[in-house]
Amino acid sequence: MTATIRRLMLITDVRWTRLALAALLGALTILFGVGLMGTAGYLISRAAEHPAVLSLTAAIVGVRFFGLARPLARYFERLASHDVALRSLGRARAQVYEAVEPLAPAQLEDTRRGDLLSRFVGDVDSLQNLYLRSLEPPLVALIAGVASVALAALFLPAAGLVLALGLLVGGIAVPVAASTVSRRSSERHARARGALSAELVETLSGGAELAAFGLERDRIRSLRRADSRLVRISRRAALADGLGDGLRVLVTGATVAGVLAVSVQAHAEGRLDRVLIALLALLSLAAFEAVQPLTEALRELRATVAAGERVLDLTDRAPRIVDPALPIPAPVAPFAIALEDVRARYAPGERPALDGFSLRLEPGKRVVLLGPSGAGKTTVARLLQRFIDPERGRVILAGKDLRRYRQEDVRSLIAVAGQDAHLFSASIRDNLALGNPGATDGDLARALRSARILDWVLSLPDGPDTLVGEEGRELSGGQRQRIVLARALLTGAPVLVLDEPTANLDPATAKALVQDVFAAGRGRTVLLITHRPEGVDLADEVVILREPRVT
Amino acid sequence: MHVLDQRLVRRARPVRRLLALDTVLGALSAGLVLVQAVLIARIVASAFSGASLGDVSADLALLALAFAGRGVLTWGFEVAGRRAASTVLSELRLELVERRLRTQPLALDRAESGEVAATAVQGVEGLEAYFARYLPQVVLAIVVPLAVLGLVVAIDPISAGVMLLTLPLVPVFMWLIGRYTEERTRERWLALRLLSTHFLDVVRGLPTLRSFNRGREQAAVLDRIGERYRRTTMGTLRVAFLSGAVLELAATLGVALVAVTAGVRLADGSLGFQTALTVLVLAPELYLPLRQLAAQFHASADGLAVAERMFELIDEPAPTAGGKLVAPSPLDAPVRFEAVSFAYPSRPGLVLDGLDLELYPDETVALVGPSGSGKTTVASLLLRFVDPGSGRIAVGGIDLAHSRPDLWREQLAWVPQRPTIFRGTIADNIRLGDPGATVRSVRDAAVLAGADRFVQALPFGYETLVGDGGRPLSAGESRRIALARAFVRNAPLVILDEPTADLDRTSAAVVAEAVERLRSGRMVLLIAHRPELVEHADRVVLLEDGKGRKRVWDEVV
Repeated sequence: MTATIRRLMLITDVRWTRLALAALLGALTILFGVGLMGTAGYLISRAAEHPAVLSLTAAIVGVRFFGLARPLARYFERLASHDVALRSLGRARAQVYEAVEPLAPAQLEDTRRGDLLSRFVGDVDSLQNLYLRSLEPPLVALIAGVASVALAALFLPAAGLVLALGLLVGGIAVPVAASTVSRRSSERHARARGALSAELVETLSGGAELAAFGLERDRIRSLRRADSRLVRISRRAALADGLGDGLRVLVTGATVAGVLAVSVQAHAEGRLDRVLIALLALLSLAAFEAVQPLTEALRELRATVAAGERVLDLTDRAPRIVDPALPIPAPVAPFAIALEDVRARYAPGERPALDGFSLRLEPGKRVVLLGPSGAGKTTVARLLQRFIDPERGRVILAGKDLRRYRQEDVRSLIAVAGQDAHLFSASIRDNLALGNPGATDGDLARALRSARILDWVLSLPDGPDTLVGEEGRELSGGQRQRIVLARALLTGAPVLVLDEPTANLDPATAKALVQDVFAAGRGRTVLLITHRPEGVDLADEVVILREPRVT
Repeated sequence: MHVLDQRLVRRARPVRRLLALDTVLGALSAGLVLVQAVLIARIVASAFSGASLGDVSADLALLALAFAGRGVLTWGFEVAGRRAASTVLSELRLELVERRLRTQPLALDRAESGEVAATAVQGVEGLEAYFARYLPQVVLAIVVPLAVLGLVVAIDPISAGVMLLTLPLVPVFMWLIGRYTEERTRERWLALRLLSTHFLDVVRGLPTLRSFNRGREQAAVLDRIGERYRRTTMGTLRVAFLSGAVLELAATLGVALVAVTAGVRLADGSLGFQTALTVLVLAPELYLPLRQLAAQFHASADGLAVAERMFELIDEPAPTAGGKLVAPSPLDAPVRFEAVSFAYPSRPGLVLDGLDLELYPDETVALVGPSGSGKTTVASLLLRFVDPGSGRIAVGGIDLAHSRPDLWREQLAWVPQRPTIFRGTIADNIRLGDPGATVRSVRDAAVLAGADRFVQALPFGYETLVGDGGRPLSAGESRRIALARAFVRNAPLVILDEPTADLDRTSAAVVAEAVERLRSGRMVLLIAHRPELVEHADRVVLLEDGKGRKRVWDEVV
């Protein structure tokens, strides 16, 4: 666990001085409270001896000082610790991003399943709690605790000992015991909640079918069962979770009673001035503020470390695709590209996505790659952009192995309009600009026209400045695909790879689109990957891809 | 500050029970706070005037006991709150799902169904914090200060007056929290969520970014955005944290003033030592619950936001009206769309604009048309997931909008474009069409649907687990399972929504054969945008501009 924490601190990249400042301010807040109560207790006790009022001046000044200093310390502590948290969040995002960037897409494939990616982002977000809620409280407790104990011991060593014991039990034993007790029940709770939420998601997403088959009532009954199970478990978990806070209050009382007992005894034996009894009792009571957040901090730490481990699991992956040490310069068009007897696999042990496949793209030629779903068509596009390396065989660009070029050079020569291409939550214009940041409105219009979507874009009230929504949700499947296509057309790359651009279109539109794309790509090499026959007659060459044999 | 959401209280009986329990626990806590203060003061005062440890041992034991009692109460608050939270949440959750299934089973889009599920599930933490921490604190923040003031007034009215001197700071605090914290916190929370979604968007789009050589520059962009967010947030925090500082100041100032004035009065002999000490121990307790309340405020705001969203979803108006009439079977009467128009609330323009369409018993009608022409909407109307905006769908003279949806749906079988495969065995999934189906009839249906062969090839055959966490099925396999559902249901009207879309030739051919077997003796609505299937239809209707046109297929191509 400590190794993970240390690595997470590196990722969040916070300077020690900042953390130390926040912790020091936190400790001061508590110590000013301790000082306030202690001095006030002394003031009252001393006053009870009816001295001249002047002799109380020092104590009165002390009370006033602590009374004003504590809110100030608290205020600056909160600012300092939130600043640390925000800094760490920003750094964590950027650093994690830098680590996963070279992994996409092949080595992040597994995170697309379910919604692991959004969990990953949530995990990165939760790293901001590392300082604020997990590491700072124990640090504060340590400083404030030691100082309070030292102060008490200065007046009466026995009282210091009792207070030290109480703080240790309340600050370490209680949180550890509480979290051990609640750990199993909260794990069971999390499992039951996961099961229920899976069923809920399924019910809501498949709700139309359940209703169509008249099964709503059955389903609700089954949900009710899973739900009441969760309620039972969460009630049991509550019994364990409340334990920490309750025990801490108990320990506080025992400690205050203990400090009072040794003080009374010491006074009876003449070892302690009577004006110090109230001081010691009230000081001890105030010192427990230091250990109060520790139960929660430990719980928080466990959760953050678990999240951090999941993040590290991803950032630890070594990129399989790397630039060569001595890259050769990018070729100048025209050039040919070829796949030679290629076998490719996404993960060792999985069956190959492509096996024994060869393909040659002569410059300026229009080639259709035809094949059923699952035959590895998309893998061809990934091989060409070097998002995956062949396990056997070679990819050849202008006569040289693709691996000898810089990745960025390869990708600026070969543009792909993929089926899984992402539309960012921004305007149509912004999404297109990704293909060519310097494109003029005229370029945009030409690309949109070739993708057969210009009229629609112009019919929108905001035109190309219309926002497409998260993952392009505001657009239909066909519209999304055509924006993606226009983006690839904009790049000006000499080789265009179009992966299933016609999937959501009716036959007439599909055919017209292929025609336009071939026309727009004149002078460029175009590879059209599809499982549909439209456009086959327009190609210079047709290659048929069959499913790789199961070995 | 919203102390308590009225709807939450009204809706849920456990909340009222919890409030009563919290009040009892809160009163007991307040009592113990007073007992504790009196005991500490008494022990110190006795020792001050020379008592030995033996003399105060009984009081010391009582003091420890009082703290133990407070510990138990703290624990009781948490347990009671969490119990109430889980019950309330469970009720809301089931109400929400039940309502969605009854009135709006077809989410208008996938994102929406995801959001509803997230609300129903993630509500847990938020509401737990609200019930287990915030609500008890509200009770304590009222009861404890009153009890403290009550006792101080009784034993030393001057000190009570001094305590009240700091009270004007409380409205200042309330004003600050109302003016800044609530609104700004909300803004900040929204900004944070926006940042988080932006990060998710970038990570999701990584392959695309890299494909265009725009991957690396994003790290710097993220850094810049994070830094900008930090700066603006720290700006608002500087003001927002003032509210906490003011409350803290009230507390420490209260203690300091009480100590100083009591000290001076003690010195001139007008106040007793034990009384002064009791008041001093009580002074911080006056503000402590209020300060803790401010700390719990944020957690509760999240909880309330979730509850709010659940209420909104539950109260959403239903897109279909119920009805009492019983529509006749499509075996005996034709189904007529009469000038049906329909528009989705979220999209501009009419999807269907005066559509006329007849379906006759024992006839297969193919509905073709370009994407986005409203073909799937026709299916939704027929299934009564939505009702026409104008015009009507009549079955044997009865307006479908006035009929009972559950009885009508018994007459239907539906194979959607993307069938849901539920968690369970393949047999369970086929049985959705008819929960009482025997093993034999499940298998017969699978044979007719062209699914039997691939199912038999699986190691566990019909007992293979599929759905979330089970064996993944390809699009073609899912489609065949859905067709088997339709066969086993044996309904007089079958709706097939693009049964061969996205399938390669072999799978498409298997599905087409199954469709051919399914149509005999039934009324079938076949939605398609590809030619292969249309040859199985008796009649082809072209949907264009929201209107149906009778066409022969050659013309369509």
